[in-house]
Amino acid sequence: MSEIEQHPLTLTVNGKKVQRFVEPRTLLIHFLREELSLTGPHIGCETSHCGACTIELNGMSVKSCTMFAVQANGAEITTIEGMAAADGTLSALQEGFRQMHGLQCGYCTPGMILRAHVLLKENPNPTEAEIRAGIAGNLCRCTGYQNIVKAIQYAAAKLAGRDFQEAAE
Amino acid sequence: MNDMTLTKEQREARLEGMGCKRKRVEDIRFTQGKGQYVDDIKMPGMLFGDFVRSPYPHARVKKIDASRALALPGVIAVLTAEDLKGVNLAWMPTLAGDVQMVLADGKVLYQNQEVAFVLAEDRYLADDAIQLVDVEYEELPVLVDPFKSMDSDAPVLREDLVGKTSGAHGPRKHHNHIFTWDVGDKDLTDKAFHEADVTIKELISYHRTHPSPLETCQCVAAMDKVKGELTLYGTFQAPHVIRTVASLLSTIPEHKIHVIAPDIGGGFGNKVGAYPGYICAIVASIVTGRPVKWVEDRMENLSTTSFARDYHMTTEIAARKDGTVTSLRVHVLADHGGFDACADPSKWPAGFFNIVTGSYDFPVAHLSVDGVYTNKAPGGVAYRCSFRVTEAAYCIERAMDILAQKLGMDPADLRMKNFIRRDQFPYQSALGWEYDSGDYHLAMQKAMDTLNYRALREEQKQKQEAFRRGETREIMGIGISFFTEIVGAGPSKNCDILGVAMFDSAEIRVHPTGSVISRMGTKSQGQGHETTWAQIIATEIGIPAENIMVEEGNTDTAPYGLGTYGSRSTPVAGAAIALAARKIRAKAQMIAAHMLEVSEYDLEWDVDGFQVKGNPQARKSMTEIAWAAYHLPPPGMEPGLEAVSYYDPPNMTYPFGAYFCVMDIDVDTGVAKTRRFYALDDCGTRINPMIIEGQVHGGLTEAFAIAMGQEIRYDEAGNVMGASFMDFFLPTAVETPHWETDFTVTPSPHHPIGAKGVGESPNVGGVPAFSNAVNDAFAFLGSTHIQMPHDSWRLWKVAKELGATA
Repeated sequence: MSEIEQHPLTLTVNGKKVQRFVEPRTLLIHFLREELSLTGPHIGCETSHCGACTIELNGMSVKSCTMFAVQANGAEITTIEGMAAADGTLSALQEGFRQMHGLQCGYCTPGMILRAHVLLKENPNPTEAEIRAGIAGNLCRCTGYQNIVKAIQYAAAKLAGRDFQEAAE
Repeated sequence: MNDMTLTKEQREARLEGMGCKRKRVEDIRFTQGKGQYVDDIKMPGMLFGDFVRSPYPHARVKKIDASRALALPGVIAVLTAEDLKGVNLAWMPTLAGDVQMVLADGKVLYQNQEVAFVLAEDRYLADDAIQLVDVEYEELPVLVDPFKSMDSDAPVLREDLVGKTSGAHGPRKHHNHIFTWDVGDKDLTDKAFHEADVTIKELISYHRTHPSPLETCQCVAAMDKVKGELTLYGTFQAPHVIRTVASLLSTIPEHKIHVIAPDIGGGFGNKVGAYPGYICAIVASIVTGRPVKWVEDRMENLSTTSFARDYHMTTEIAARKDGTVTSLRVHVLADHGGFDACADPSKWPAGFFNIVTGSYDFPVAHLSVDGVYTNKAPGGVAYRCSFRVTEAAYCIERAMDILAQKLGMDPADLRMKNFIRRDQFPYQSALGWEYDSGDYHLAMQKAMDTLNYRALREEQKQKQEAFRRGETREIMGIGISFFTEIVGAGPSKNCDILGVAMFDSAEIRVHPTGSVISRMGTKSQGQGHETTWAQIIATEIGIPAENIMVEEGNTDTAPYGLGTYGSRSTPVAGAAIALAARKIRAKAQMIAAHMLEVSEYDLEWDVDGFQVKGNPQARKSMTEIAWAAYHLPPPGMEPGLEAVSYYDPPNMTYPFGAYFCVMDIDVDTGVAKTRRFYALDDCGTRINPMIIEGQVHGGLTEAFAIAMGQEIRYDEAGNVMGASFMDFFLPTAVETPHWETDFTVTPSPHHPIGAKGVGESPNVGGVPAFSNAVNDAFAFLGSTHIQMPHDSWRLWKVAKELGATA
């Protein structure tokens, strides 16, 4: 096995404290997927273009394929696995993506939902143009985005206590 | 719940059957990050494989020295072609009847070709080791331009074929020639051209691109040496075919190979074929006895596994003065790269390109296709396309616009004039197809009415005048595409893959309590089969879709099928599902008759059970019948309630559509803005309108990308350009236009539920709509045909050449 020196790492992932030793070159996405078995975040490009690996880190959207795990020392991370409530109730975004047919193959979905999660924290009532600009760092090959936009609008409405009347199209 | 307390409508609604916008079953796991994709698989002792790749597009491999790599702790082995020769796997057959190197055997034919396979304890070490494998190359002259491939002094690419004057598809006329495919009546076509009032001729190229699903190609091979069994997890659109190929190549008996395609992160044709990575992972696992994972990175994906298109189509139409078309003549120069690895049914070297007469009544036509080798990656896969149908649709739709321009006719009117009429179906095309059904005039008229087409043309005219007066720098284009697809490969009489007929299959088991498990030979990669297949079964046997589990991708449990690509799932497996369900219903009718003590002929089907004709109170629901099937079947009848169906389609299906794109282009920047995009699809019976519309959105977005910039380009030295998402255009939510969808319904007369398939229509029809919009915008400035892709830089250049820039 590798003889590279291991570094201590402490962070909070989906509300749970995690302590491990990692090689300094280990990418955060590999740490999450392989060390913590959180396989929700995916790898689509390794170059920060596609956003399939998007997580929330200290309240920001981060592409975990281009960050070292050691850089996340002390951070609070949320992945798709941490989006539902403890009792299993789905978040408004998870519900919205299903209701509005905002996914097909599902590969971009965990990153897309995590990006939308931070977007709605920053801007709880975004316009369509703001949503489109807000998710421009996340590529989807299946949906053409139209129903993803609706899914996010659905969630925004639900979080604000409003009904969302439109159907998926 | 007592069924009879519900109205018929309520019982129908409860089924969530065909026609219902049922929410997807798959989404429950996908929205929680609980999908199971190949790279999520972890096995004890699993090794990682990765490739040493050639930096040169054409070179001799003089020497491979792996000693530095092997000295690195954690590196297990480095495989080369010499090692693979020991198991007779240095080369592998392609689906197109050619052979392809698994690892470079003496030379490389394209940049990034697989040269050696490094095996290490983890993926980081494998990557380290790649850098430590020393390969000595001797560069050879590079052939990039397909138009120069058959020059007398063109370099010899395939030394293994030297002296072979014929290939899998007939005679070869040059050392870089693969095949000639000739269809139609040349003499009658020539005669029609001789007699024509008007002719057009244009070289219409469809550039090289790539399907690029968000998940790359990957696999885990796990050989159990004690049992002699191989388990292969992979991103396979056609898992059963992979099992058969793996058995034939490895000589492991087919029953000892377990192929499992778990959730797949998009396919679009990229995941149909067999790639060197799969072979190397299998060999490495057989050799080491440990599981081996191979995962492509994005650059490897874009530059090696399966390009699409690269068709150069010299297109001629003959017509009368009034616009009636009399003949079509097309010659295609097809650039296949270093190996012919097209994923077409075996007898079709250019796929179904002979659908190129499109939606029009051409009395005669002639098509010839020449396939050639170049120093580019192999592939030629059907990128959301039924085997070269996208190329054909682009060819004819572009050519019809060029003809309209020459005749001074409106392109919509020209199409209307030449459409195959509704009363002509089933229609025999000049190039050999029998179109099943269609109402093209209805669809076109609906589209034109919805868009107020004539008003758009009037607006365009005014904008052109304003442009000429210098009042605006924007030009307006209206792109029309009226495509006819050919999907549902296919009938065994003319469709097979490596000898296996292209049927598909379904197995349905009704459990005693009235719930169902069902398995198919297809494999969803995002199409939502778990949702829609259950809807077909729900309608056919009256069990709510929520009580029906659909499972695909495990070759041990699913019946043999040819997989999902070419929009074949609904036309082929969808039919098998309906027919298997009908077998169950037929048995259920006999059981119900026994339970109700009447003749089965006295029963009629009613939504979710059988009732006595004229006495609807006397009925048995499918749930009750299912229990009886296991508990107390009629005397002499086998217990149980299950059925299998293998469906060999009698014909292809022919979905069609009318797509309109309204575009505004700034001539000083080349920036094109899609103002409106309207897509009317007719895919026959609609199983789940929500999923259909989702498919249309996705396919249109791919079409937008391809037409407006997505390209795998090579420079003159054979370097692949654009093999990362930095350069390869995948639209974001910002660039992607808003899509308007619409439909007509013309059921397929030969399909059990009348469905035709839709997944690929938007890609097939979308590209010509975008390109025609661009061409239509520039036509008044004097251009006839502008090659794709239409990115801003190229459009600005076009504007400049036409003297339209500031």
